[in-house]
Amino acid sequence: MAAVEEAVAKTENAGDGHGFDRRNTDWFIDKAVQWIVFVGGISAILFIIGIFIFISKEGLTFVFETLDLGEFFTSPYWEPSDEDAPEYGILALIAGTASVTGLAMIVAIPFSLGAAIYIGEFATGKTREALKVLVELLAAIPSVVWGFIGLTIMNPLIIEIFDVPVGLTVLNAGIILGLMAAPIMTSIAEDALKAVPDRYREAAEAMGATRWQVIVKVVLPAAKNGLLGAVLLGVGRGFGETMAVLMATGHAVNIPTSVFDSVRALTATIAAELGETAVGSDHYGALFTIGIFLFIITFIINLLADLVVRGVRKG
Amino acid sequence: MFEVSALNKSNMRVEKLYRILFAMMVLLLVLPVLIILGTLVAKGGSVISFEFLFSNPTDGMTAGGILPALIGTVWLVTVALLISVPLGVAAAIYLNEYAGDNWFTRIINLAIINLAGVPSIVHALFGVGAFVIFFGFGTSILAASLTLAIMTLPIVIVATRESLAAVPMAFREAMWNMGATRWQTIRRVVLPNAISGILTGVILEVSRTTGETAPIMFTGAAFFLPFLPESVFDQTMAMSLHLFVVSTQVPGVPEALPYGVALVLVAMVLIMNSISIAFRMYLRGKKKW
Amino acid sequence: MVSAQGAAEAVQSSTEAPVKMSVRDVTISYGGVPALSDVSFDVREHEIFGIIGPANAGKTSFLKSLNRMDPFTDGMRVEGDIRFDGQPVNRLRNVYALRKRIGVVFPLPVGLPMTIYDNVALAPRLSGMSNRAELDVIVERCLTRAALWDEVKDRLNSLGSLLSGGQQQRLTIARALSQQPEVLMLDEFSIAVDPVTTMRIEEVLKELRSEMTIIMVTNLVQQAERLANRTAFFLGGECVEVGITAEMFAGQVEDQRTRDYIEGKFG
Repeated sequence: MAAVEEAVAKTENAGDGHGFDRRNTDWFIDKAVQWIVFVGGISAILFIIGIFIFISKEGLTFVFETLDLGEFFTSPYWEPSDEDAPEYGILALIAGTASVTGLAMIVAIPFSLGAAIYIGEFATGKTREALKVLVELLAAIPSVVWGFIGLTIMNPLIIEIFDVPVGLTVLNAGIILGLMAAPIMTSIAEDALKAVPDRYREAAEAMGATRWQVIVKVVLPAAKNGLLGAVLLGVGRGFGETMAVLMATGHAVNIPTSVFDSVRALTATIAAELGETAVGSDHYGALFTIGIFLFIITFIINLLADLVVRGVRKG
Repeated sequence: MFEVSALNKSNMRVEKLYRILFAMMVLLLVLPVLIILGTLVAKGGSVISFEFLFSNPTDGMTAGGILPALIGTVWLVTVALLISVPLGVAAAIYLNEYAGDNWFTRIINLAIINLAGVPSIVHALFGVGAFVIFFGFGTSILAASLTLAIMTLPIVIVATRESLAAVPMAFREAMWNMGATRWQTIRRVVLPNAISGILTGVILEVSRTTGETAPIMFTGAAFFLPFLPESVFDQTMAMSLHLFVVSTQVPGVPEALPYGVALVLVAMVLIMNSISIAFRMYLRGKKKW
Repeated sequence: MVSAQGAAEAVQSSTEAPVKMSVRDVTISYGGVPALSDVSFDVREHEIFGIIGPANAGKTSFLKSLNRMDPFTDGMRVEGDIRFDGQPVNRLRNVYALRKRIGVVFPLPVGLPMTIYDNVALAPRLSGMSNRAELDVIVERCLTRAALWDEVKDRLNSLGSLLSGGQQQRLTIARALSQQPEVLMLDEFSIAVDPVTTMRIEEVLKELRSEMTIIMVTNLVQQAERLANRTAFFLGGECVEVGITAEMFAGQVEDQRTRDYIEGKFG
């Protein structure tokens, strides 16, 4: 009994109150945690700024001393290691990136949209779950593996089917990149379709529309922002992809005239040449400058994608 | 009176056609990949063995095993996790539990999206400029892991934030009204119920980190090293880079070897992702409220 | 319907008991838009103080301002003088200490996702208590006084969040009691709970009155009549009047709107 009374007495005095407005350990711990998580929160901003600062820093000397903006963007001649007259024109490289990404989008967009529609609007229950899992697993395959596939499987395949001498071409990397980007675009497109409220569909069906009509006339228009976001994300991915294009395109720096030409992408150029440059040299700085260009482009694409998608959330 | 009209019949036919069309699209998306994976198994399966996994490469990497690459990947992933998980969880806690709905929070979210969208080679350039050169770590596991950590940070943040948001607000309000501080509330109710979601995010990050090549190419991973790393300041080999090397940089490699390396890498990644997916499904069944 | 004793008690508490909480010219706004204006009255110790009124009259916001929960709502601003035991609550150095002295019961029952035992042991643990024997005593006492002990005593290790609604509401009361609160605030505690549980909780409240002060917001006018010694009537963002419940329900009101609301003519 005494123990019980003691316990009761203890609880009655356990409260902090009764006139004492003092700061205790818990108060200080809470404040400390507030600061710690704040640092964590702003870390993303710090890193993005940091990335820009550090790649600019390494490209600085090149930008201010050697860079000729006109030549940089309009010359298709990329010969940084030419001793007498090095040229730093990235036009061909931009064309390389653009052609591969363009082809990839031509492949990926219809297929991922179709897949998203099927998974989101037609498939049900177990099939839907299984397909979603499959898509998620496909998205996980590393880019170096895709590059390997382009090198060893697609290469001979293209040579044989199209009867061309070289298989490491725009076609190769374009298809590979398309297969890489499609799962992610499918997921995002599927989210966009799912975000369309059911009552839109129900209203249309109540008016006698078939499944297909509901999709075309109601769901797709309502989801167009999210779908556009998915496309932009795919484009961003295409622009930024490194290993797959490095291994699946050839090493020819030229503006492609057909999908059977070999090209060099911006990302692949950096990856292929950085190891051979001396720190601080012009070539080194030029590669970092390409990096700055890539950073800015993908920043803009991501910004656009976010604005477009957020238009969906608000609406 | 309720006979199916001609218009209805044709509508239904069209619908069926489209349904089949889209199903085919899914198939065409999935089939090539399955065929590719099958080819990997067919052509690389012969190389896989206990020795392959647990011995060193020999004869200029045209034969032998992949042990140092496997160990190197473990090093890189572990150090990257040690850096990114605490940071990512802290960031997610800030965003979900403390941050208000204002422009500053929107900027943070934008930064996270951009961090995820920056090309991997640009991350590599950043790693070289910042960690290898400026901070003076040289090409090392530390520099490579830092680069990987920053690159995969968004994965942890997003997964953590989602699992924190899944904890109902009512629980927090009940605790705040009781005089609990925000941290006490997070520590006793929010985090314990979000841990499983965080774990699935961590597994996804491990999978992503395992497969990345560009960020580690110039920051700490090497084509071939005759020794295993002993500290974070050493260089290391890595599975992802090893695949690149044996398929493009080594002359005279027997056909099956790179396929075997690719197979092991893909298996590692797919197994980890499957675990994450399975875990998520298991959790869905165990409701605590 | 009003007992003479209840009226007598009310008169007694309104004139003799010390003031536990006081509000003067309290105005609450959300993003600049006022939700409650110029509320002023006292709540005395050991009384059950009822607050009635139609929805959106500002009753819940008022409760929130008493235990300083306004920082948790974006855009909520509280102006005016609020005092607890004479001490202003807007300039505290440790606001958590204030909240520990006030227990709160919400409209929707909340069972925290931990064992029933941990639910009730939570507040003592937050205050530093860790002795298992002492916690056992508190858990049993609070669950008993909340009229829940008999139903859960054999499964204290089951999840509190999986109990029925009525049980979770009583669990919430047990949690509030475990704080040893000086003030217990209830916000429409019976709307999501069955009538039997409501009755049991009302009995509990009547017993608790002797140990603490109770402020009860209710949308059930009869509930105020049954339990509250004094009642305030909130309407459209203002406190129309405060009076002795027995008198108000007998028709002695200062404002016609009060009588109309009590008689069910609107709201």
